[in-house]
Amino acid sequence: MPKPIVIVGAGQAAASFVSRHKALANKGIGNNEPLILIGEEPVPPYQRPPLSKAYMSGDLERDRLFIRPTQWYSEQNITTYFNTRVDSIDPQLRKLKTSDGQTIDYGKLILCTGSSPLSLPTRMGGDLAGVFTLRNIADAEAMAPELVLGRKLLIVGGGYIGLEAAAVARKFGLDVTVIEMAERILQRVAAPQTSDFFRMLHQQHDVDVRESTQLVRLTQKSDGLNSRVDGAELANGEQLEADLVLVGIGGRPNIKLADQSGLDCENGIAVNQICQTSNPDIFSAGDCASFMRNGQRIRLESVQNAADQGDLVARVIAGEAVTYDPLPWFWSDQYDCKLQIAGLNMGYTQTVIRPGSKPGGQSVWYYAQDKLLAVDAMNDTMAYALGRKMIGAGLHPSPDLIADPAIDLKTVSKK
Amino acid sequence: MAKITWKTEDGKEISADVKDGLNLMEAAIANDVPDVDGDCGGCLSCATCHVFVDEAWLERTGEVDDIEDTMLEMTDVERRDNSRLSCQLIASPELDGLVLHVPAP
Repeated sequence: MPKPIVIVGAGQAAASFVSRHKALANKGIGNNEPLILIGEEPVPPYQRPPLSKAYMSGDLERDRLFIRPTQWYSEQNITTYFNTRVDSIDPQLRKLKTSDGQTIDYGKLILCTGSSPLSLPTRMGGDLAGVFTLRNIADAEAMAPELVLGRKLLIVGGGYIGLEAAAVARKFGLDVTVIEMAERILQRVAAPQTSDFFRMLHQQHDVDVRESTQLVRLTQKSDGLNSRVDGAELANGEQLEADLVLVGIGGRPNIKLADQSGLDCENGIAVNQICQTSNPDIFSAGDCASFMRNGQRIRLESVQNAADQGDLVARVIAGEAVTYDPLPWFWSDQYDCKLQIAGLNMGYTQTVIRPGSKPGGQSVWYYAQDKLLAVDAMNDTMAYALGRKMIGAGLHPSPDLIADPAIDLKTVSKK
Repeated sequence: MAKITWKTEDGKEISADVKDGLNLMEAAIANDVPDVDGDCGGCLSCATCHVFVDEAWLERTGEVDDIEDTMLEMTDVERRDNSRLSCQLIASPELDGLVLHVPAP
C-alpha cells in the first residue's frame, strides 16, 4: 500500500486537494494514497469569505459554510484529526508530531497552513476584551453577538475585511468608524478610483471613513478589573469612543512549521510552478505559499488561489503534467454592492474607468502601458466576466475603447 | 422538492431529492457529485459548477441570462448549447426529474 499523503491545515486549499485527489482516484488515476487531514480548528474545511459577509449578518446558515458535509470525509476514508496542531516535521524520516502526541508517517506532505491576521501589540491595547480579528469561524461567532444596535464599532484598517464588516455592522445599526493609516482605503490592493467608489459607498451608509489616520493606542475602561476597550487615541490627538474594535490590518503567512523544517521561505513558503517546496516530498498551497510571477515571489490570499493550487497539487501527485499559471479572481460584498476582480493589477501604469450598464455600476480597468492586467467591477458582473475573458484570452483592447460607454464590450471581447 | 439526477462521463448516476429553493451547485456538492466545485459559493464569479442540461429538460430550465452566458465562456470544458452554471438552477417542483450531465475536466 502506498504511504499516506498528509495534509496539514484544513482550509479551502486542503478541501480542494482532497476533493480532486478522490475524484482522480475514483477514475483510477494516481496511486490512491490514503489521506490524513490535520486541522487546528475543531471543524472540517469551510468557506471563509462569508464570515465577514452573509454569515456574520445572519443571512447564511452555518451548515452552508462547510465545503463538504462532515460525513463526507469518513465516507471517503479520509482520516481526519481536527482540533489538532502539527508541532514538528522530520523531513528526513518523513514523520510529523502532533499536539496530541501522535507520530504520523507520510509519503507526501501538503502544507496548507494558511495565514493569520495581524493583531495590534499589547502596548497598543491589542489584547483588550472587545477587540477582534476576523479569520476563523470562531472569530465571526465571537464578534456577531456584539453587533448590537447603537453600539460604537471602530474598525482599524480599511481593507476588504474591515469594509465588509463595516457594511454588516451598519445593517445592525451600529455607529461605525473606519480608520486607515494610508492615504486612502484599499490603497494596497486597488487604484484610487476603486477606493473613491468604496469611500463614497460607505459614506452614503453613514460610516465615518478617516484616511491618513494613525492609531496611537486603544484605550480601556479604568474601573477596577474590567479591561474592556472603550475607545482609541489617534495620532492627531483626537479621542474616539468605541464599544468594540475590529482590527483588519492584513495577514501574514503561517510559515513557522515550514521554516523549522528547513524549507525555503521567502514571503511565505517558497514553491515552484507545481507548488513543490524546496523538499520534493513536500508541497504547499493557499495563502501560505509564495510563487514566482513576473519575476517576483508573490502570495495570493484568495479562494481562487487556494482552490486552484490545492487542485493542482492533487493532479501533480497523480502524475499529470500541469503547472500553476492562474487567472486570479476575487470578490467582495458590501451593502448591495458586489465587487468582482479579474486578473492582478500588480505593476499597473494607468487605469481607465468605464461606466456600468446599470446605475451604480462602474468598472476600473488596469493597464501596464497597453497591456490589460486586471478589472475591478462594481455592480457590473458583465464587465467582470468580459474582462476576465479578455485577460484569459490575452486580448488587450485599447483603453479608449474600454472608456467609451457607446462601445459594446462583447464586440471588443470577440476581437 | 425535486429529484435531480447527475450523470458523470464515466457512466455513474447520482440522484437526490433537493429541497425547493436550493441551488443545484450546492445540491451537487452536498451529494458528492464529482467535478462540480462552486468555488465562489454561487456569486457568478468562478464558472466551476458547469453542467450540461439533458436535452429533454432544456425548455423547463429556461433561458441563460447575459451574465451567465458570458461566464459560461470561461468553463474548463468547452460550453455547448445546453451548458449551464448549476448555481443558477434553483430546485423547484417544475424541475422534478431533471437530468444533468457533468463534464469532466
